[in-house]
Amino acid sequence: MKLLLENAHIEGIRYYDAYRKHGGYRSVEKALKMTPDEIVDEVKKSGLRGRGGAGFPTGLKWSFLAKPEGVPRHLVCNADESEPGTFKDRYLMEFLPHLLIEGLIVSSFALGSNATYIYIRGEYAWIPDILERAIQEAKNNGFLGKNILGTGFDLEIYVHRGAGAYICGEETALIESLEGKRGNPRIKPPFPAVQGVWMRPTVVNNVETLAAIVPIINMGGEAYGNIGVGKSTGTKLISACGNLNKPGVYEIPFDLSVEDFIYSDEWCGGIPNGKRLKACIPGGSSVPIVPANLLTKTAKGETRYMNYESLSDGGFQTGTMLGSGGFIVLDEDQCVVKHTMTLAHFYMHESCGQCSPCREGTGWMWRILKNIEYGKGKMEDIDLLWDVQRRIEGNTICPLGDAAAWPVAAAIRHFRDEFEWHVLNPDEAQVRNYGLAHYADRREIPAL
Amino acid sequence: MAEQPLFKVTIDNVTVEVPAGTTILQAARQAGSEVAPPAMCYYSKLEGSGGKCRTCLVEVSKGSDKDPRPMPKLVASCRTTVMDGMEVKNLTSERVVDARKGVVEFLLINHPLDCPICDQAGECHLQDLAYNHGNAGTRYEFQRRTFEKHSLGDKIQLHMTRCILCYRCVMVADQLTGQREHGVLDRGERAEISDYLEKSLDKEFIGNIIDVCPVGALTDKTFRFKNRVWFLKPLNAHRDCPTCSGKVTLWNRGDEVFRVTARKDEWGEVEDWICNECRFDKKKTSDWVIEGPREINRHSVISQNKYVGLVKPQETIDEVIGKEPRLFLDIHDVSQVNEKDRDLSLIEGPAHSTDFKENEEKK
Repeated sequence: MKLLLENAHIEGIRYYDAYRKHGGYRSVEKALKMTPDEIVDEVKKSGLRGRGGAGFPTGLKWSFLAKPEGVPRHLVCNADESEPGTFKDRYLMEFLPHLLIEGLIVSSFALGSNATYIYIRGEYAWIPDILERAIQEAKNNGFLGKNILGTGFDLEIYVHRGAGAYICGEETALIESLEGKRGNPRIKPPFPAVQGVWMRPTVVNNVETLAAIVPIINMGGEAYGNIGVGKSTGTKLISACGNLNKPGVYEIPFDLSVEDFIYSDEWCGGIPNGKRLKACIPGGSSVPIVPANLLTKTAKGETRYMNYESLSDGGFQTGTMLGSGGFIVLDEDQCVVKHTMTLAHFYMHESCGQCSPCREGTGWMWRILKNIEYGKGKMEDIDLLWDVQRRIEGNTICPLGDAAAWPVAAAIRHFRDEFEWHVLNPDEAQVRNYGLAHYADRREIPAL
Repeated sequence: MAEQPLFKVTIDNVTVEVPAGTTILQAARQAGSEVAPPAMCYYSKLEGSGGKCRTCLVEVSKGSDKDPRPMPKLVASCRTTVMDGMEVKNLTSERVVDARKGVVEFLLINHPLDCPICDQAGECHLQDLAYNHGNAGTRYEFQRRTFEKHSLGDKIQLHMTRCILCYRCVMVADQLTGQREHGVLDRGERAEISDYLEKSLDKEFIGNIIDVCPVGALTDKTFRFKNRVWFLKPLNAHRDCPTCSGKVTLWNRGDEVFRVTARKDEWGEVEDWICNECRFDKKKTSDWVIEGPREINRHSVISQNKYVGLVKPQETIDEVIGKEPRLFLDIHDVSQVNEKDRDLSLIEGPAHSTDFKENEEKK
């Protein structure tokens, strides 16, 4: 069942005419006849959980919004999708920009925002034009601007381009960046729901979350809540990549098993060249990596499904997280050490440098991993790496520190033998990862 | 005015009553210096400071009387306000001690440890922190990050390599000088304090960034390399200054004024901000009315009696490292100067290489 991508393949759906012809903007017409509180109630009933990664119930988040008299409130759409492996929002904005605009109009009305912002990552250079065209089309047809559909509700949507920083996907850093400051996360409390953009109450939601508001209004919160399993309601966009026959963006039902998702021809179609599955990161680079045996079955031997609860079954010891849905698959030829090193470099590069454990620790982890990967590692380095990640996790201002520590922790937890093999067989590891024959010079460790 | 409710907070088994809205760190400071967590970035006089260095992490073992659940993560005590009935563990919590060791280690891995040539040595908060909470050694085996030295004008020198990015100087410039002319460039471990163009920082009151800097990243060019702070005698002094309060500490040796700083309290925080003229230009005793000696009760090396009652380590080097110290370069390999059978006192005048050559020949 598709709720978001149902019309994605219709020609011209990117533009207003085709979108409207296929039932677009119905939810705006319906929602503007309701009261804002009724809309928030519908979202609460739907059980929609934030699609940005943390999975916090959206209705609950909306109900936390402070509503002091005379202070404007804002809705900010977080389109700073920078998690390695996640590209679902790009697909949504590129092909269905009006779906996002529609969701934004309904959500802005529910939250009382008259100026709504889309904060889009700088690397998505071509998408702001698509969004701005969609906004202009919506405005020309009376869905944006002053007095929308004669209800007296005014709304302007602004597209704000980021300058390319992963940290600006963290909501308080996003707010700082939107205000024109350096993208450093703020210290919470106060939470954005009380003091957000320009110290005004603000809700920050992910693109997919806001798009999901449209089917919720169209079909009713209760009907949406009946789709899915347990507390995972509705559908989820998964961006699958890595060693897969058919990588891409899929809209999945939550009762799909992980095994089916990887191997079934309807979905990813298995692993190329008949290779075996080694490991998978099911929710974007920051969630723990899991080996194949724990991916398809939980530690208790139950089948694992693609939903929030099932994937996190077993905690971080044997489970992982659904996160933002960046599904990265590694086949038997991939090296977990090399892979972890690449991720560690990413987090080092993207740390904002505000708090010391993350600023210094991410670089330290990368350097240790680099030594191990390039054949200069020692056995103690593995324990040191564990110790460093342990002292970063939970001790930082924002979740980037945790996100940097978890992949390293999980890699050591599940693949310690591979790290040890790297240390004990540096030459063999070089041959495997870089195809160097035994007589070639060992690869130089690249400078910073 | 309605009376403010008082909250009861217990920190390391010491209970204090503080008004609502007080942070855990401030409450701990009221409770006494034994239980106060260290703070490298927090500065009570600067709005919005704190939360960055993570040295003040504490464990909240009981949230409040109403909601006794403990907080799952360690919290930054400088930015967390107290609740009634809160119980906080600082040094009594193993988690806190371990996390703080980690933070000290993180702060030091890229610190140059050039204390012997650093003007801040002796009054450096990072020295104190490392001494009190850190390990003796490091596990970091990589090249340390360095930056070019950067001049911030004719009065202030920036050694970015020593910086721990506490952002205090950025806040001073924002909150005291009216217009900030320097800031943080780049991100992550390459983040640096800079004014970008080596432009001189010359706004009134900008000199206070030297006083708030917890390490030797920002130093006073009029004092650089002039003296070690522990050889100087701090004196309270004042003058009739049209721009600031004029209340300062003079650092004298004999009658010579080596430097002028603001007066700092026991937490190392400035009591009254002073202007650039008082700090940089008034370097004569005749410019000041001297009130008397100033007690410095924070800084280890300057203050007397800080270590009274402490047992100093008695081990000799070989007890500590377990073997005879091996010298990197044994001087006797290349020179016969000071060999046991040479008696320099027998040589008339200064020793010369020919003295040894002659001996050689005699042999």
